[in-house]
Amino acid sequence: MTDTTPKPNNAAQAGTDHAAIDEDITLRQEVSGFGAILRTQPFWVFVAILFIGLVMSFVSDAFMTERNMFNITRNMAFFGIMALGMSAVICTAGIDLSVGSLLGLCAITLGLTMQAGFGIGAGFVVCMLTAAVVGLINGILIAYLKMAPFVVTLGMLAMARSIAMVISNNKMIYEFGPDMDLFEWIGGESVLGIPNVVWVLAILTGVFWWVWKFSTWGRWVVAIGGNAQAAKLAGIPVERMIVSVYVVCSLCTGLAAFMFIGYTGSATNGMGATYELNVIAATVIGGANLMGGVVYAFGASIGAALVELIRNSLLLAGIPALWQQFFVGLFLILAVLLEQIRNRGGK
Amino acid sequence: MSLLELDNITKSFGAIHALSKVSLTIQPGEAVGLMGDNGAGKSTLMKIIAGNFMPSSGEIRIENKPVAFHKPIDARNAGIEIVYQDLALCDNLTAGANVFLGRELKRKFGPISMLDYPAMYKRAGELFAELKSETRPRDLVRQMSGGQRQAVAIARTRLSDPKLVLMDEPTAAISVRQVAEVLALIKRLKETGHAVVLVSHRMPDVFDVCDRVAVLRRGTKVADKPIKETSPEEVTGLIIGAIEAA
Repeated sequence: MTDTTPKPNNAAQAGTDHAAIDEDITLRQEVSGFGAILRTQPFWVFVAILFIGLVMSFVSDAFMTERNMFNITRNMAFFGIMALGMSAVICTAGIDLSVGSLLGLCAITLGLTMQAGFGIGAGFVVCMLTAAVVGLINGILIAYLKMAPFVVTLGMLAMARSIAMVISNNKMIYEFGPDMDLFEWIGGESVLGIPNVVWVLAILTGVFWWVWKFSTWGRWVVAIGGNAQAAKLAGIPVERMIVSVYVVCSLCTGLAAFMFIGYTGSATNGMGATYELNVIAATVIGGANLMGGVVYAFGASIGAALVELIRNSLLLAGIPALWQQFFVGLFLILAVLLEQIRNRGGK
Repeated sequence: MSLLELDNITKSFGAIHALSKVSLTIQPGEAVGLMGDNGAGKSTLMKIIAGNFMPSSGEIRIENKPVAFHKPIDARNAGIEIVYQDLALCDNLTAGANVFLGRELKRKFGPISMLDYPAMYKRAGELFAELKSETRPRDLVRQMSGGQRQAVAIARTRLSDPKLVLMDEPTAAISVRQVAEVLALIKRLKETGHAVVLVSHRMPDVFDVCDRVAVLRRGTKVADKPIKETSPEEVTGLIIGAIEAA
């Protein structure tokens, strides 16, 4: 116990001053403040990031440059946005394998809309609508038909990609109509020296932090992850909540797609292939537990940052790019191992 | 007027008759002990009152009005709160969060409403204080002892002002000292006009707090009498079948 408040010494005179004792008990907790932060996974991953950064600043002169930092943060932000949504899904003990394909599908529907001469507003709505529909289908199959999230979203992974190929007629889109300049500015440019997509990630992280801590929706999602049966008995509409979680995850992907296409300046139906693996890796490295019930808003960004940092560091250290996936996988396993060790120590 | 009336409740699972024609009435402020051996139908009867199962036949009346519970939430809305044997708590949430699960207190700022942590922890602390339980509202349930978990589960039922509290083996997994606390709570519930149905294997608990005891054996009610007119020996005989009926 970190709390050192002296217990009222009249505790011995049982019954005389229960109120004071009760007050004392009410205000206590097992760990508080900084101690609680020390116990979280994102904190230790953040320490790892600082450590890698420190090592890299000696290994490569190019690492600490403004340009490189700009690149790292911009590249990680796309994954970070998707990982925020994935955190919600994983918190309910689910998984969404379809985010990579959905990115590709959103890219195509968005691209076709804008190519046809519609404005950026219409493009955005179509992009988010595509995401919402896919999330809704995933959620309904999982929540109401009680199908395994892994299987449903694996099916969606194949279907969404195929639909993207069909409606794009397997063609690349690089013409985005009247609002093309604005569109590419939003995805690819920066404000105050910080990439726009990083601003979006930062704002969204703040929103999610608030949602997890202060909203009923967030509380209920965490409760469902902890004990879905208990949540149901407590009167929480578990099925509706699960549908909403998959929709939220898909909407995050839709938003990432909108920014990503603006950044790359072209949309192909192959976009986002295997991204789901990086997103899930980032989420898990950031402290999510596949058993559910654990979520950190900052975990998504921190996990995504570590994955991108590994990639960048290997590149700058002159290690062949073929090793990248190896190290991402290694850190993923280390993250899970770290969590195991922390849990054992905590008990 | 009786608070709850069960009229000829029968429940079959395929060829198995879990309950046959069980009738039971509960008056406001009355504590009824429901006893019986394993498989006698206690849990099935509890689950029917709690809305987990629909009876195969028979009627449930609350304050003389027939009701049908399709889901546990229907029973709760009718004023019945349940303390489940497996306690139905979320390990990853704090004690206070568990008490308020599904009924969170909120503060409004214009269109935005947010969880009101201070109010919830304060109220949860008061509830734990009423139970004289050293349960800290800010602690995670994962780290708690059986007695503390029980206190959380019981505190949940105190949030609303239920007419009837169903307790499924509330004293099965807790320390001797906390058994006394839980029994004291049941007495306090009675004093404030709440009815309690206590399912328990522990004869002393039932004889301590209950006004009446009903005994089930093989799905039928074999006895239903005031606690003053019976004895632990007689109830034991009824449970195991040494005494046919009373």
